[in-house]
Amino acid sequence: MRKPPFVQTLLLSALLASPAAHAAKAYVSNEKDNTLSVIDLASLTVTDTIDVGERPRGIALSKDHSKLFICASDSDTVQVMDLATHRIIANLPSGEDPEQFSLHPDNRRLYIANEDDALVTVVDTESHEVLAQIEVGVEPEGMAVSPDGRWAVNTSETTSMLHWIDTETHQLIDNTLVDQRPRHVEFSRDGAVLWASSEIGGTVSVIDVASREIMQKLTFKIRGIHPDKIQPVGVKLSADGRYAFVALGPANHVAVVDAKTYEVLDYLLVGSRVWHMEFTPDQQYLLTTNGVSGDVSVIDVDALKVVKSIKVGRYPWGVVTLD
Amino acid sequence: MNLLPTPPLPRLILATALTLPLTAVAAITPLDVNISYIGLEPDHGAVLSNILPEPADAGLPGAQLGIDDSNTTGRFLKQKYHLHALSTDDTDQVLPQVLEQYQQGIRLFVLNLPREVLAEVASQLPGDVVLINAGSADDVLRTEQCLPRMLHTLPSRAMLTDALAQWLSSRRWNRWLLLEGNRSEDKAYADALERSAKRMGGHIIERKAWDYDTDLRRTAQKELPPFTQTDEYDVVLVADERGDFGEYVPYNTWYPRPVAGTQGMSPVAWHRVVEAWGAAQLQSRFEKLSGRWMNSRDYASWAGVRTLAEAVTQTRSTDPQVLLTFILSDRFQLGAFKGRKLTYRPWSGQLRQPIPLVHPRALVSQSPQEGFLHPVTDLDTLGFDAVESRCSLQGDL
Repeated sequence: MRKPPFVQTLLLSALLASPAAHAAKAYVSNEKDNTLSVIDLASLTVTDTIDVGERPRGIALSKDHSKLFICASDSDTVQVMDLATHRIIANLPSGEDPEQFSLHPDNRRLYIANEDDALVTVVDTESHEVLAQIEVGVEPEGMAVSPDGRWAVNTSETTSMLHWIDTETHQLIDNTLVDQRPRHVEFSRDGAVLWASSEIGGTVSVIDVASREIMQKLTFKIRGIHPDKIQPVGVKLSADGRYAFVALGPANHVAVVDAKTYEVLDYLLVGSRVWHMEFTPDQQYLLTTNGVSGDVSVIDVDALKVVKSIKVGRYPWGVVTLD
Repeated sequence: MNLLPTPPLPRLILATALTLPLTAVAAITPLDVNISYIGLEPDHGAVLSNILPEPADAGLPGAQLGIDDSNTTGRFLKQKYHLHALSTDDTDQVLPQVLEQYQQGIRLFVLNLPREVLAEVASQLPGDVVLINAGSADDVLRTEQCLPRMLHTLPSRAMLTDALAQWLSSRRWNRWLLLEGNRSEDKAYADALERSAKRMGGHIIERKAWDYDTDLRRTAQKELPPFTQTDEYDVVLVADERGDFGEYVPYNTWYPRPVAGTQGMSPVAWHRVVEAWGAAQLQSRFEKLSGRWMNSRDYASWAGVRTLAEAVTQTRSTDPQVLLTFILSDRFQLGAFKGRKLTYRPWSGQLRQPIPLVHPRALVSQSPQEGFLHPVTDLDTLGFDAVESRCSLQGDL
């Protein structure tokens, strides 16, 4: 076992900062700092920085919001953090180089994409057992579990496919070919539609979950920005079903899409290399992680305006929010 | 202690999960795709800086990795890719091997060959093939000597020197001293630098040929400062493709100036230090396969195989005509770890690509540089544009 150099700092920061019980917060993973930044959502300021494992990328909350799962890619583990104490309480056997993951609605099964191994690993977050490993395409990246829990969908970047995994049998049932380098998948609230971004293809495919066929393909165009630099990564759908937000990477913009007509309504200028996003619990704001500029942009969802940017650590990657 | 040990993954589960159910894609016709790789590494003669030898099999593991990557995708589509490889130092083996593979039904060829051999192969093969040049950077193949049905995945010399010149221009290092070796490829590289100087605003204060035959490993400190004592320059550019004297130029120049070109800081198709845009994953797959670092010709062979496989995946065909038409169309796109999708120039069949500028231990920059504009794509600011080339690959289909 690797000796963690950060345990002491971790304990110390856990003792000093006993997190306030009811303030809404965001956690942001800083890929090149091996830390999480904690943002207080009332004041929109960073209130704490927590040391975690190496190269933290994807992060996700347990359904009861008591724990945070952290893909520590270079530590080859998924860390489990107790959110009351900010202490790492477990390391899950994630397989090599975990990058993104998604928690099943049963709050137990975690579906993890192992980027270097062309595998999806399914881990029981309570027993810490590996339940299955499923072979997928080259460089698996995005993961999403459907709201009804039936499907786990993985994207493989070099294979340019969505892999549909039956969560009952853990068998791979179907594959949907999309444009080059699919990065992220996001189910609609009712589970009928799946949105999939293709970073190098420059498109977002909207897929009918029943038939697993592409029903719409979105393209983006920003004046003064070369089309090759428009690289969709993160996708988030507003709870009211009105908008889809698409983070466009090195184009430094977030596209606002009408989630019903698929029309692109606007492009919002954010920080450099925008990848992932999350709504605040009240849906008032959308937070974006901007890797190159090392900050988080705050988008007012009603006004469709960027209202603030918050400096965090180096290469912010993932973001979650909770009450 | 708040970190728990990671239990080893149960192998049994992995093994059972490997049997892939392909029932849902049963409607897809299975395809066997046969791709040839022919690599020739002729003897370059003795070189002075032979302390760190180049790999003798440059190209071959790139093609193998391209096949492995394509088979991972192919599993889901019932496509099986097979590599038929020859890596030799004997020129006489090449043509008979190619013709025999053609007789056996192979129609897709990735060729890591010098220009003369490439031309011979192209002239002897019937028209129902796709040829990929992954070994010759010769500009003539992109401008005058337009070989039929041939794509180029290796960047041309002009693309490399334009990439370097754009960066020099962005640094405003415009006074260049140009040193060239005595071989024809050195002259070609130096000519490419002269052309780039005209395009990007470089001024060559002097072009000097190195033809001394002393052992620079012992005498560089004595020989090179006076050799580079000319009018003042901002940078010394070296054209020494096989690495004879160029390694000894850095730190031995008359003026304290940086060195670039074939040595010092170099424009390349690929290098171990490239790690952004997912390249780290490609590098680690390559090292696992071959036990060494991936170089430009490995990358060109990998891109060649991936191009063919991507076209097969998208068209569900192995017909050479269908594949080539698709590859040259605007529907083709190759994700190749360079931060944007790559396409082919329909006139010359050259793969458009950003060019990393590297020194042996780090990435310095990547061209095209900001501000070099082009009506179609800024990637076409590197190398020969349509109006500068007599080739019309797409038109000849």
